Amino acid sequence: MSLLQVEKLTKNFGGLAAVSMVDFKLESNELVGLIGPNGAGKTTLFNLLTGVYVPTSGEIVMEIDGKKERLNGVKPYVITKKGLARTFQNIRLFKELTVLDNVLIAMHQNSKAGVLASIFRLPKYYRSEEGMRQEALSLLSIFDLDNKQQELAKNLPYGDQRCLEIVRALATKPKILFLDEPAAGMNPQETADLTKQIRKIQQDFKITVVLIEHDMSLVMDICERIYVLEYGRMIAHGTPGEIKQNPKVIKAYLGGEE
Amino acid sequence: MKQLNKYNAGWLALSVIIYFVVQMLIQADVIDYYYQITLMNICMDIILALGLNLIIGFTGQFSLGHAGFMSIGAYCCAIMMLKMPDLTGFLLGLLLGVIVASLVALIVAIPTLRLKGDYLAIATLGISEIIRIAILNMGDLTNGAAGLSGMPILNNWTLSFFGIMLSLIIIVNYIKSSPGRATIAIREDEIAAESMGINTTKYKTIAFVIGAFTASIAGSLYASSFSMIKPDNFGFMKSVDILIIVVFGGLGSVTGTIIAAISLGILNMLLQPFGQLRMIIYAIALIAIMVFKPGGLLQHKELSMKKLFGRLSKKNTPKKEASK
Ligand SMILES: Nc1ncnc2c1ncn2[C@@H]1O[C@H](COP(=O)(O)OP(=O)(O)O)[C@@H](O)[C@H]1O
Ligand SMILES: [Mg+2]
Repeated sequence: MSLLQVEKLTKNFGGLAAVSMVDFKLESNELVGLIGPNGAGKTTLFNLLTGVYVPTSGEIVMEIDGKKERLNGVKPYVITKKGLARTFQNIRLFKELTVLDNVLIAMHQNSKAGVLASIFRLPKYYRSEEGMRQEALSLLSIFDLDNKQQELAKNLPYGDQRCLEIVRALATKPKILFLDEPAAGMNPQETADLTKQIRKIQQDFKITVVLIEHDMSLVMDICERIYVLEYGRMIAHGTPGEIKQNPKVIKAYLGGEE
Repeated sequence: MKQLNKYNAGWLALSVIIYFVVQMLIQADVIDYYYQITLMNICMDIILALGLNLIIGFTGQFSLGHAGFMSIGAYCCAIMMLKMPDLTGFLLGLLLGVIVASLVALIVAIPTLRLKGDYLAIATLGISEIIRIAILNMGDLTNGAAGLSGMPILNNWTLSFFGIMLSLIIIVNYIKSSPGRATIAIREDEIAAESMGINTTKYKTIAFVIGAFTASIAGSLYASSFSMIKPDNFGFMKSVDILIIVVFGGLGSVTGTIIAAISLGILNMLLQPFGQLRMIIYAIALIAIMVFKPGGLLQHKELSMKKLFGRLSKKNTPKKEASK
């Protein structure tokens, strides 16, 4: 079985089927692109997979240690513990907290010092804090954010905020990382740099990354497989080469632009 | 770790100094009997407001029921002290109070904390009313509306000081730890917190229980300050008084809470002679603060030993700082 298998996933908002009968599969250690026009349902799909929305119908099944586990209707924090992490299209950092704290919070689920050890300041607390701090700094250094560790998240430049979102998601130790338009609002050069960095992270951490990105040529360049959503339906799926030649995709998405 | 100990030593020194200065002022009768009552009240308010700030300022939840948990501490301690009118009785009562208050908080938190905003406020208000009515109807144990009397007056500056230290240590250590950061993340962005693997219900509940625990400490001090207590002492207005201190000092500032409790306590005392006018002046002072400092006196800011030491070492050894 695949790492994550989604069948006939549907989400209705009143009369609107934001995601409709979507089949979707992820293997371990790959970079997958998810494309589609605005309003196609990409963010909604991420919200379904990470537990923010409960599906109207359909199945989300993950293989964990050789066992199948259903993830639909499971709370977001439990899903995160199972190894699914995400960033938000409209940045949702902990704005009033420092860069370092943002990352430490994401590491909390793996922290060893509990409430009592913290209140009584047991040796375990000091060990755990120091270990977490080191790990957080090394994650921050991926985007050269370690020297900004004490700045408030809200004071970071926009691009850094997007990078911090990625670091924060990585800090939960995911098996699958969902990135919702991480390059939104960046210029083409920044977008290209960031996308390369994402590919590198995917390979270094040996995780599966699902990337929503509007720059088609970039997605074609770095993704192994691509899914195409339109009006909530998965209209195509394949390698970049296949997608480029898919008449539905050309009509729906590429037609006007290229 | 060495650094941490240095800062902790700084805090310890500061607390010891405050303790002895106040103790000396009491001995010299500068703080006379009348002022001592104000001092005890301020100490209780500090403890109460610290706990409420954990719930409101740090966790981003709302509670209008803080006085309810205070009354649990007061009644548990009063009942014990009536059986055992000495310090042992007080300490046993204190212990009983924090256990009962925490258990009640734990039981009510799980259904209540699912609510948000106004609904949560109303539900917590309801909880404190239920506690009040339960106390009213417990027969001889609580003696209904007339309340309990005849407890020994044991509270003094030393006991109050230890009460504050205990509450401060619990709350500050909690905030500055991984579970505490998880709790603050809920205030910042609940959806993001949950997506980062934080069981938001669990940490809201912990904050709520710690709040009840500390409110109960204040209640026990109350029961041993005045030889009588009755349910009316712990009504809605008491909860509002504590809320005012929290908002006035700044949501999410421990230092602000302490400063606000002290200044409002003193203001209250100074306004005593004005009778009814007192509430009006009090209200105007609060409105002025909210207009000019909407985030409270200190907003998120805290007194920090780290920064204090940093500033001192900058003054003394500017070269060393520069070479860093
Ligand atoms: N919470 C919601 N309530 C109602 N409609 C929603 C909600 N979230 C998304 N939608 C609708 O679902 C559709 C898909 O949105 P979205 O998933 O954000 O698209 P994309 O991310 O591909 O641009 C849109 O028509 C949007 O208006
Ligand atoms: Mg979107």
